[in-house]
Amino acid sequence: MELRKEYFADERKDDLKEIGQPRLRADALGHVTGTTTFFADRNLPGLLHLKMVRSPHHHARIRSIDLSEAGRHPGVVRILTADDVPHNVYTILTLIQVGPEDETVLATDKVRWKGEAIVAILADSERAAHEAAQKVKVDYEVLPAVLSIDEALAPGAPVVNEYHGQNFYRYDSGECRKVRFGDVEAGFAGADHILEQTYGSGPIEHAPTETTGCIVMPEGSGRFTCYTNTQAMFFTLDNTSIILQMDGAKLHMVGGTVGGGFGGKVDVTVEPIAILGAKLTGRPVSFIYSREEEMQISSPRAAEKLVIKDGVMKDGRIVARYVKAYIDAGAYSRHSPYGAQKSAAHFPGPYTVENVWVDSYCVYTNRTPSSAMRGFGVTIGDFALEVQMDKLARLVGMDPLEFRFVNAYRDGDMKAHRQPTEGAALIECMQEASRAAQWPVAEKYLQMSSARREG
Amino acid sequence: MKKVPVQFTLNGEEKAEFVESGVTLLKALREKIGDTSVKAGCQQGTCGSCAVIVDGELRLSCLTLAERCGGAAIETTGGLAHGEVLHPLQRAFNEGFATQCGFCTPGMIMAAKALLDHNPQPSREDVVEAISGNICRCTGYEPIIQAILAAARANSLSAA
Amino acid sequence: MGLGLETFPTLAAAGEALAANAAARYLGGGTLVVRSANEGDVGFETYVTASERALTDIVVADGRATIGAGVTMARIAREPALGFLAPAARAVGGPAIRNMATVGGNLFAPVPYGDFAVALLALDASLDIDGEPVAVSAFLAGRDTTHAGALVRSVSFTLPAEGSFLFAKASRVRPKGASVVTIAAVVEERAGTISSARIAYGCMADRPIRAPAVERALAGKARTAEGIAAALAVATEGTAPPTDAIASAWYRGEVLPVHLKRLLLPA
Repeated sequence: MELRKEYFADERKDDLKEIGQPRLRADALGHVTGTTTFFADRNLPGLLHLKMVRSPHHHARIRSIDLSEAGRHPGVVRILTADDVPHNVYTILTLIQVGPEDETVLATDKVRWKGEAIVAILADSERAAHEAAQKVKVDYEVLPAVLSIDEALAPGAPVVNEYHGQNFYRYDSGECRKVRFGDVEAGFAGADHILEQTYGSGPIEHAPTETTGCIVMPEGSGRFTCYTNTQAMFFTLDNTSIILQMDGAKLHMVGGTVGGGFGGKVDVTVEPIAILGAKLTGRPVSFIYSREEEMQISSPRAAEKLVIKDGVMKDGRIVARYVKAYIDAGAYSRHSPYGAQKSAAHFPGPYTVENVWVDSYCVYTNRTPSSAMRGFGVTIGDFALEVQMDKLARLVGMDPLEFRFVNAYRDGDMKAHRQPTEGAALIECMQEASRAAQWPVAEKYLQMSSARREG
Repeated sequence: MKKVPVQFTLNGEEKAEFVESGVTLLKALREKIGDTSVKAGCQQGTCGSCAVIVDGELRLSCLTLAERCGGAAIETTGGLAHGEVLHPLQRAFNEGFATQCGFCTPGMIMAAKALLDHNPQPSREDVVEAISGNICRCTGYEPIIQAILAAARANSLSAA
Repeated sequence: MGLGLETFPTLAAAGEALAANAAARYLGGGTLVVRSANEGDVGFETYVTASERALTDIVVADGRATIGAGVTMARIAREPALGFLAPAARAVGGPAIRNMATVGGNLFAPVPYGDFAVALLALDASLDIDGEPVAVSAFLAGRDTTHAGALVRSVSFTLPAEGSFLFAKASRVRPKGASVVTIAAVVEERAGTISSARIAYGCMADRPIRAPAVERALAGKARTAEGIAAALAVATEGTAPPTDAIASAWYRGEVLPVHLKRLLLPA
């Protein structure tokens, strides 16, 4: 590892002791000896296996559910339905007062995505649970589904989620999150060139090697010990407490060891129902996603559609940036209204543009609900922005790295969100990247500084 | 379902258990014998987290029936260290930052051991091929490759 | 109910057990059927397998090779007498899968798996099913109808002339990955022209298929860019590639001629 201490040398004391030093990971010894205890590395006597019966349809009304045959299947101990869930509403961000209450834990009258949970089978063995799941009879009235952002926003499209009434989330600011800065139309009118491009991405699954799951032990004290691989311990505690209407003190959540998460283990999808199962049967319960469930059921990164229109001058200055962003939440909100808000907050990227207009929509479709994943709401936008930057550079005949120097934000610049820029380091990063990648730029760019503008 | 006796050695120790005749080696090791170093990542044969060595050959314990391992010598990462003395592969993975979340690590080390047992001085290509059935989703492949090569070098030094 | 395993000394006895029990499946290397059980397939409750010695034999004699259905990909890859087949055997899975996956199982592997069966199709192999020879092409065509549930004892084929067997697998992840498209070929040349060609594709239909239009277009031509042009033009004739998580049907159709060209043109 190499530290370049000459940058910002006057802004800090040079007394780093740990940074730059090789250190063994605290948990690596357990990993290499196979002794790290993951949540599933427990054998509890009398363990029940929970298997979820899920919707095979993208969108359907549930006319009836017949559990009589499944309930009689050998090895089945209990079947949980929506009626068993004390507060059958799932709102991941309720802890920070962000709703909306648009999703159930177990489906009642409708399913809105292929894979939505309907009833949970608790059986002595995985095999018995699988067999009984085949015997659950759900009578569906299949409804038309919308499977893309464009379909969802088309006039007359079927409504995905009645809670919202239309296929997008309504913010306090209206149908989308908005950023308005300067006069974008005047900017386009004065630009030498205008470039409008549309970018798109599909959902992306985190695919951790360890699938989502938990094992719950009912304790003699009336508490429940829940061994979980959640990445969001306090969302889990809070959501479980609300869904089960159970005092948080009764919930002993044990976690911290996660076999890969990347945001995919932030949603609270296994713990409440597994703890409910343990409560109603008095036995330990294991609820572990199969690989197929991990790929299809656990929430992915949202699909996005981004329309970016830029006005640029011959000398490379971007004078206007207009963005319409659409974030595919899937059938339910989860983190996506927040993700779409992050998306709005991220544009126009780390560049100083005097005229900016951003509309960012959170759109509902009959797809697997999307949620957190490493920089969600931001990374796809960055992909689109940086491809756009390369295209703009080509349009004005500039080197793409020099083009970014021209537009890079500096300390003191007013951002589109009316926060003055501070602590910028883009110029210095690009200077170092130019050297490291042997991608030469003109000397004047090597003389630039994030701390002040030239002249 | 009928239970059948199955007997094998696990990391040199004799083991005998009664198991359901159709149970996988993965479940027998984890749930019956208590060796949870063997991980269930996909149970499809695609991730390699459950890889063990059976009679010198790398195998996926999720797709192997325990009953068919009667009389076999089975090795897992859980039995690789001698007390506190780590196997060269374990040492190299530890010191080389070749483990992040740790879930793929036991299977990855077994794949690496199966390689070094047959080919003590592998090329980089040999290493890449040897771990090609093991998925690391923290995407730490380069440190893993380097750790396996380092372990091979350490082996050759100690043998010299 | 749990799952059980029944082991029989002969394939014939295993066949009788399977015939008598609709809830039984034959277990070879386990990479297909145990996976299926792990994933919640409750359509069977008994694994049936046979320990017959011939299932794991490899015999190469008099210009012909016979490989027991229970021989693994790893065995084939290290068998000196079958060196030309090693690339096809190594194309299957990673090392652990190759130590388990068998020749017989590969004949039943659904797309995008079954790369070795593509090689067997190009070799025009013959299968031993209940002592009767069945062409691999006929078997594959009837895999889920007339030959459903067939127990294959062995596969045999005439050894191809030195250098005439060609094999390529395109995948998205290297060195291991499921197939975008797999191509196997036996191309024989005489006096600078192609005297005969057998071309087989994997992942260009729901099972391995031959490419008769390509074979016809290659006959009598030189193995040059010009000579194979007509064959490349009909490369996708008769194909119906699947769309799956690996690739779309469109993509498979687009890249097939590219890989076929690379395979056919000498380096």
